[in-house]
Amino acid sequence: MNLNGKKILLHDMCLRDGMHPKQHQITLAQMQSIATALDEAGVPLIEVTHGDGLGGASVNYGFSAESDETYLRGVVETVRQARISALLLPGIGTVDHLRMAKDCGVGTIRVATHCTEANVSRQHITLSRELGLDTVGFLMMAHMVDPEALLEQARLMESYGANCIYCTDSAGYMLPDDVTARISLLRDQLHVDTEIGFHGHHNLAMGVGNSLVAIEAGANRIDGSAAGLGAGAGNTPLEAMAAVLERLGADTGIDIFKLADAAEDHVLPIVDEPVRLSRDALVLGYAGAYSSFLLFAKRAEARYGVASHQILLEMARRRTVGGQEDLIEEIAIEMAKARSK
Amino acid sequence: MQKKARAAIVGPGNIGTDLLMKCLKSDWIEPVWMIGIEESPGIQRAREYGLRVSTEGTDGLVSAWEEAPVDFVFDATSAYVHAENSAKVTALGALMIDLTPAAIGPYCIPPVNLSAILSDESACNVNMVTCGGQATIPMVRAVSRIQRVRYAEIVATVASKSVGMGTRDNIDEFTRTTSAAISSIGEADEGKAIIVINPAEPPLMMRDTIHCLTVDPPQQAEIVKSILEMVNVVQQYVPGYRLINEPIFDGNRITIPLEVKGLGDFLPTYAGNLDIMTAASLRTAEMIAQRRQS
Repeated sequence: MNLNGKKILLHDMCLRDGMHPKQHQITLAQMQSIATALDEAGVPLIEVTHGDGLGGASVNYGFSAESDETYLRGVVETVRQARISALLLPGIGTVDHLRMAKDCGVGTIRVATHCTEANVSRQHITLSRELGLDTVGFLMMAHMVDPEALLEQARLMESYGANCIYCTDSAGYMLPDDVTARISLLRDQLHVDTEIGFHGHHNLAMGVGNSLVAIEAGANRIDGSAAGLGAGAGNTPLEAMAAVLERLGADTGIDIFKLADAAEDHVLPIVDEPVRLSRDALVLGYAGAYSSFLLFAKRAEARYGVASHQILLEMARRRTVGGQEDLIEEIAIEMAKARSK
Repeated sequence: MQKKARAAIVGPGNIGTDLLMKCLKSDWIEPVWMIGIEESPGIQRAREYGLRVSTEGTDGLVSAWEEAPVDFVFDATSAYVHAENSAKVTALGALMIDLTPAAIGPYCIPPVNLSAILSDESACNVNMVTCGGQATIPMVRAVSRIQRVRYAEIVATVASKSVGMGTRDNIDEFTRTTSAAISSIGEADEGKAIIVINPAEPPLMMRDTIHCLTVDPPQQAEIVKSILEMVNVVQQYVPGYRLINEPIFDGNRITIPLEVKGLGDFLPTYAGNLDIMTAASLRTAEMIAQRRQS
């Protein structure tokens, strides 16, 4: 593979997807120190939000240490060159949150829906575009539908005004051919000006590999996370991704050593428990369950004495989608009851 | 046998048709009009059941009012046209029961505040909140009537097939209206609503989780008793409303998991979210009709 001179936009997730393993407790000071380091390394785009997006602070998903507004204002004023993005899941966040994020100085809004439900995103994508923001349609759990169905949903988001469409491997389930089939069809069929992105999880250690395949198939935006901090086994490790791209000749604008410093000296010290390819994470990727279910399953294991990976397998078997964290406790109770009979 | 109150249904889609099926079985309400804006399967079906139909909206009802007036009008259209529909029929003296998220009139969650609405003789428009609100606010109130709830949050998980374009085009309306009613009708200090749409096949039954955070440690026995009583009241009009497990107590958090199975009158049984709207709307009309007769 030769990517000589090809521009790839790397988007850091550690202050949004990384909120999941941190149980949304990253402090504002930690966010600012990490964002400053990423900014100095030349990372062009940094996502900052509750793990479940704007308005995600809740009993169901966990309350964050600070409000989205505090985080966004604090980080936007800290960075020099990087643009800040916010994630929004319709059904959790609303256009009111979107306006707030714009007021805070966010430059990118990513509107996320399950891969079959794009038509709930119309009002948010439309408004984001009207506000002049870089607007991304983020199709989650994209392994659950075939490429043609994904394209249909992508076209909806494009028609609402999204200027970039993501194929999001929320479960870290996809294998390279799955990525190629989806990204190449999107690239072939969407408007030539519409950018294509890929968001990976490292549950089967495919983060960097799948992202490379995505680039080969036509993606130009890739999500990763410094030190891999993200749900499940984490996201594509951004420093590894940047290093690989540099060796392939691509242009990311990132200083590899400064990014490695940011990961090592700023991100790793705040990690509670190593984000690694644990048994639970493996099950997420192997069976295809939403990565942020992991900690909820571990908590249910502690309370109900049912193995967390068995709960995650059941979540996958029931074809659950992102946001159904409340089902985890119920499944654990049912499994505990069944066992005691 | 009492004389039944006469009703018109505006919106001959799935919800309007399900409401028609329920009205046909009612001892208190007689459906006499189905109102649409064009010929449709729903209009044809209503005709077959012997209803008068209009294919020119509420104007058709207004111009034939002398021959066929009604006491109640159910609006199962959309928030965008509701205000106009409501103004036309309430001017003629009908009571509007609003199934859209327009929320011009006071919110109505029958087991929680119907008696308060009944005592307000001047009310000419009541709003049925949202499907998530009908399913969950009775539970919020079951806790808040025992002790102060500082925060209540509901998560409604519904089958993709049961979510129509009206809801999808304006999903924020669901979030906002439900949140507002959780605090105003559920009487929690603060309310939050989340909706999750799942496309799995076969479609999943509507499932709701209600989280309440109390100010003081929860009085478990009283709360459980109150919840079970409230479930019984809702079951009078939605028999498939049930707790999936016992309420969970964790510190000052109470979590109530429930499932809403519809009656399957016209809508499939998994669409408990739509069924609870039509059932609660009919229930509201029946209670008002009973009250007027007594």
